[in-house]
Amino acid sequence: MTKVRLSRIASARSGDKGEGSNVGVMARSPLAYAYLKEHLTPAVVRAHMATINRGDVVRFEADNMEVLNFLLLDSLGGGGSASIKTDAQGKTHGLALLRLELDVPDEVLAATPEA
Amino acid sequence: MTKDVIRVANGQGFWGDSILGPIRLVREGPLDYLTLDYLAEVTLSIMQKLRARNPEAGYATDFVRLVDRILPELVEKDVKVVANAGGVNPHACKQALFEVAARHGQPNVPIAIVEGDDILDDLDRLMAAGETFANMDTGEPLATVRDRVSSANVYLGAFPIAEALDQGAKIVLTGRGTDPGLVLGPLIHEFGWRRDEFTKLAAGTIAGHIVECGAQCTGGNYTDWRAVDNLALIGYPVIEAQADGTFVVTKHDGTGGMVTRETVRHQLVYEMGDPNRYLTPDCIADFTSFQLAEDGRDRVRVSGATGTPPTDTYKVSISYHDGWKAVGQLTVSGPDALEKAQLCAEVVWKRLAYDGFEYGPDERLEEIVGANVCHAGIDVPGADDPPEVVLRMGVKGKDRAKVDRFGSELVPLVTSGPPGVTGFAGGRPKATEIVGFWPALVTKDKIETRVSVFTKGTP
Repeated sequence: MTKVRLSRIASARSGDKGEGSNVGVMARSPLAYAYLKEHLTPAVVRAHMATINRGDVVRFEADNMEVLNFLLLDSLGGGGSASIKTDAQGKTHGLALLRLELDVPDEVLAATPEA
Repeated sequence: MTKDVIRVANGQGFWGDSILGPIRLVREGPLDYLTLDYLAEVTLSIMQKLRARNPEAGYATDFVRLVDRILPELVEKDVKVVANAGGVNPHACKQALFEVAARHGQPNVPIAIVEGDDILDDLDRLMAAGETFANMDTGEPLATVRDRVSSANVYLGAFPIAEALDQGAKIVLTGRGTDPGLVLGPLIHEFGWRRDEFTKLAAGTIAGHIVECGAQCTGGNYTDWRAVDNLALIGYPVIEAQADGTFVVTKHDGTGGMVTRETVRHQLVYEMGDPNRYLTPDCIADFTSFQLAEDGRDRVRVSGATGTPPTDTYKVSISYHDGWKAVGQLTVSGPDALEKAQLCAEVVWKRLAYDGFEYGPDERLEEIVGANVCHAGIDVPGADDPPEVVLRMGVKGKDRAKVDRFGSELVPLVTSGPPGVTGFAGGRPKATEIVGFWPALVTKDKIETRVSVFTKGTP
């Protein structure tokens, strides 16, 4: 096991979705995807983003793309035009999630090329 | 005669995107269709207000300026254009386009208008007929905010666009429609796809989703940004579609950016909800169905997409007045930038309170930009002692005067706050309207769409 940031084994993009945001997490290898499917749970994401998101976190999976899609249901300070936050559209939430530290097995790291 | 491959590009991801995208798409490589998206959720509300003041306004004027720059090349290369630039006044947009076209010696270019999306004037009739327009997020009926509604538009599908092209249009102007429909419409027209060919409609929808934000699938807003070559002259995306629904995402040779499985995945997840059910008026596309494969440099092939029949409702985008907000900012230099910015914020709130203006926790905001605002709560190195910061403060609420009062207490910090306060620009922050967004549904058979083609302007 090695402690690494999520960015080592995945990339991400985020944007607004009503009063919340979505964060798409793209595994950098099939092994990384299998690892993330098991360990990057809604509870883990919710805890990491707790200051940014006040609502629930919902996860969807797209195996064909090796993607996990997270909905952060209350992360924009009102959302759309009603928000006075700098990041009223959640554009930076993907990068925030990529800062998450994880204990990743070495065989996953070996099978996952660095960016 | 139908071509084997149809090239459809998107040159505008939103109103405000660079005009170079579409100009270069027409200039720098082969193309059959140029699509352009100008409408965000609040844009139509702004357009309704513009039209209320001026009957000739209420559409995307940027589009007319663009056509003025590219019309000769569009004609020479026979590139057709599909744009939702009509806003809430497509006939005024059409008239402005004919004036531009006449100056270029093309007075009879066929321009189609797709109408029926704007239901602002029909809301009461539709509500009386049983449509509640319940908010999709909260379940509340529209009656709660009916007297504050400023725009109401149905997201129409791709078939009216195809019909306009069937009738010979070279430029198709729509109001609100789905973004992917701008791409799907030309494919339906070219390949003769039927309303019940859901796998093909889903493929075209997925293609439209991939290109709808312009350069976001060709290396823009990309995690591994150092790998992207020549962002300055980034190529905008081109779909090369075939009649069976398979397509390649690419960009013109020699342009900047890149198209890889990774850049395409980045856009596929953008603004995604449930990937199993991507709802449009034309089909329900399954984003877990297809395969992505790199097919040479800057080419990604998408195949195997599936879809199922659509629901019997359209989504409706309704906007309404939801209060006021004001935001302003100052720069605070070091030493002790963070501590001084915190003091500044405290001073502003205390002065306002002294004068009887108190704002609740959900009505006010202070952000110290430079000290980890975006990733608040996450341990970020260096955030505790930045050399300088931007103090950004804002308030919101129903009372316009109270929101305005805030704006007058920010600037005085320059002389009556701690030292090193600067960077004030742009005048006192003033209250601006909050336009609330109300997503709802309407039964499809209550909505009538109209397609008309014109070959000359009104004298």
